[in-house]
Amino acid sequence: MTTETINESLVDDHHGDSHDHKMTGITRWLYTTNHKDIGTLYLWFSFIMLLTGGALAMVIRAELFQPGLQIVEPDFFNQLTTVHGLIMVFGAIMPAFTGFANWMLPMMIGAPDMALPRMNNWSFWILPFAFAILIGSFFMESGAPNFGWTFYAPLSTTYSNGSTAFFVFAVHIMGISSIMGAINIVVTIMNLRAPGMTYMKMPLFVWTFFITAYLLIAVMPVLAGVVTMLLTDTYFGTSFFDAAGGGDPVMFQHIFWFFGHPEVYIMILPAFGIVSTIIPAFSRKKLFGYSSMVYATSSIALLSFIVWAHHMFTTGMPLFGELFFMYCTMLIAVPTGVKVFNWVATMWRGSMSFETPMLFSIAFVILFTIGGFSGLMLALTPVDFQYHDTYFVVAHFHYVLVTGSLFSIYAGAYFWLPKWTGHMYNESLAKWHFWCSLISVNLLFFPMHFLGLAGMPRRIPDYALQFADFNKWVSIGGFAFGLSQLIFLAVVIKCIRGGEKAPAKPWDGAEGLEWTVASPAPYHTFSTPPNLDEVKS
Amino acid sequence: MTTKEYEMYYVPSQSRWPIIGAVALFMIAFGAAHYVTDLKDDVSGYGGYLLLAGIALVIFMLVGWFRNVINESMMGKYSHQMDNSFRQGMSWFIFSEVMFFAAFFGALLYIRTFSVPWLGGAGNNAMTGAVLWPDFIASWPLLKAPDGTETTNMGWYGLPLINTVLLLTSSITAHFAHVALEQNKRPQLKAWLGLTIILGLVFLFLQVQEYAHGYSDEMQLYLTSGVYGNTFYMLTGFHGMHVTLGCIMLIVMFFRILKGHFTPENHFAFQAASWYWHFVDVVWVILFVFVYIL
Repeated sequence: MTTETINESLVDDHHGDSHDHKMTGITRWLYTTNHKDIGTLYLWFSFIMLLTGGALAMVIRAELFQPGLQIVEPDFFNQLTTVHGLIMVFGAIMPAFTGFANWMLPMMIGAPDMALPRMNNWSFWILPFAFAILIGSFFMESGAPNFGWTFYAPLSTTYSNGSTAFFVFAVHIMGISSIMGAINIVVTIMNLRAPGMTYMKMPLFVWTFFITAYLLIAVMPVLAGVVTMLLTDTYFGTSFFDAAGGGDPVMFQHIFWFFGHPEVYIMILPAFGIVSTIIPAFSRKKLFGYSSMVYATSSIALLSFIVWAHHMFTTGMPLFGELFFMYCTMLIAVPTGVKVFNWVATMWRGSMSFETPMLFSIAFVILFTIGGFSGLMLALTPVDFQYHDTYFVVAHFHYVLVTGSLFSIYAGAYFWLPKWTGHMYNESLAKWHFWCSLISVNLLFFPMHFLGLAGMPRRIPDYALQFADFNKWVSIGGFAFGLSQLIFLAVVIKCIRGGEKAPAKPWDGAEGLEWTVASPAPYHTFSTPPNLDEVKS
Repeated sequence: MTTKEYEMYYVPSQSRWPIIGAVALFMIAFGAAHYVTDLKDDVSGYGGYLLLAGIALVIFMLVGWFRNVINESMMGKYSHQMDNSFRQGMSWFIFSEVMFFAAFFGALLYIRTFSVPWLGGAGNNAMTGAVLWPDFIASWPLLKAPDGTETTNMGWYGLPLINTVLLLTSSITAHFAHVALEQNKRPQLKAWLGLTIILGLVFLFLQVQEYAHGYSDEMQLYLTSGVYGNTFYMLTGFHGMHVTLGCIMLIVMFFRILKGHFTPENHFAFQAASWYWHFVDVVWVILFVFVYIL
């Protein structure tokens, strides 16, 4: 049976079985239970948040363009760095991945929809409200939160401003959203796979989201716990993080980073899944070492629970603690190395072509590895005493989050845009987006390594004169990178409005059930599960 | 494509409950944030009203949403696979609750093992003790905090012990109710479930008595009484909230059973409520050991 006939029969099924029609107008989006609609909502929301958080970063870089205080007051500068971080982590990267999960998981495993469609809608629609509260605090008398996205006590308790309660409850809603989204992903994958799709036959993309969802269910409640203690410390007179009452501010860091370290893997494991889908497609080879990829991802996830205190080497932990967390952290380099090796081995002697998704994926492999290596440097306790709280740390996590997570999101967006919209995107404009982003992002973040090694502290609106030249270049890179993202907006809008008609499978090397349905994907796919044997042949 | 024998997975059409729930959550969060901010600044505002309105709306949403789901279930739209989705969803939700409590138990253990002894000069922290609060003596329960706040210890015998017996018994009666449901013995089901609810309500009543006792002039154990009072009230308080929620679930199940819902094969909602009940029971046992006894 050829691919074409399967497409037809699936589309026919849809016409025969569907009771509800695609609604129009605003209520379609407000009331929807459709995984594709909700995925679209997530993706657009995350892009709006990316531009919002990016706008804050532009102000930060404008202030840091030269030494001295030019544009903003120091307190407002702190609000900018705090809200920039919170928006990018909880508003841009995480919802983007949830959007991918919503759009792609049911199609990849042959399911009719997500397992709990109404809850799916709820977990999306509470997010804009949470960010309305967070961003709205800029317009309050006291200003937005100013204690950094990590909200360390006592900055966030004793010394916090009047908007802390708004921050706490906004984070609670974001947490509820993430937990519900994660439960939905886990249940969908465990329960709705097409007959015959065993766990070890699932696409690696599905695996990475599966593991990420477990991490979310395990650590988002811990975040809820720690912000609750912060709330009672600030407003109800408890002293969890106050030594005068027998508590300890360092305990805040322990609980926060018990959430925070798995959280950074929540933002990178799905990126591994996307890149592991794209590199085989454009190398026209199977993914090298599929099962080792599964085990590597699981090991990274498990290890993420026992490395949290590597963020706290300078807090005066006992020596045994410093050594334990250093060695456990370095252990993570092993499964991560397995992954990078497998991506390179997949490309080895492949019949490669370099469309935009592949370009972003290759950039991901190289630049994420740079971010990984600087992470390995930070994991070494003795040298961390020098790097801690400098721009070296800023460089490190922007390499893994921007050229890592964000680049993978772009790669995935270009890869599946034809499936989502039914049109091919404009390849030359997309290549402009890639090259502009690639050059500017390195101009933006690479000099930060040297600034940090030379001792420039992070989260400070002013700096010593000797850092002036590098900061100027960093700022220019920042503005260029910010503007380059508008090219992406243009590509997406052009692609939605028209363009070359996309076939069901626009990439000849791509594999997976999502390519067996038409482009754009019908509103309802796989009302009855596909027969895997027929699809494979 | 001969997959017709495969069960259809029911995908509900549009629903307006989630967006109502989103607005309700927004009102709760925004109202609560205003409320606690005003409370601290000692001014009166509209936050409390917004919070209450949000809670009312969330209750309205839950009633409507569950009515939808129950109707669909009674109409037989749900397959075995759907039932599995609900079961797995509920188990992972309970797991997330476990992790929420883990954060607070982790804080308790950290405070007891590290922060209080360190403040007293343990380990290599002799200077910490000497410089900050030289008179402070580390002990647990922490009856005198470094800043001099004094309080008394809530013993494990008396009310807490009675409460432990009550909750453990209620877990057993809940299990008997489940067995009765599976054997389709409706009178026994109602009796055991009713008994479970009564035990839960008595537990809550005694818990309130204990709080009143703690807040009395005699004991002076307040939420603000140093880190002992903090952990005591936060852990028992969040547990009490979960018991309240569990009781509400069980009461709803009781009325559904009176209306003739559930069969020996098909009773997900009952099972979920009973799982939740066992979960709050287990949390209490851990709490009893680490907060009261040790």
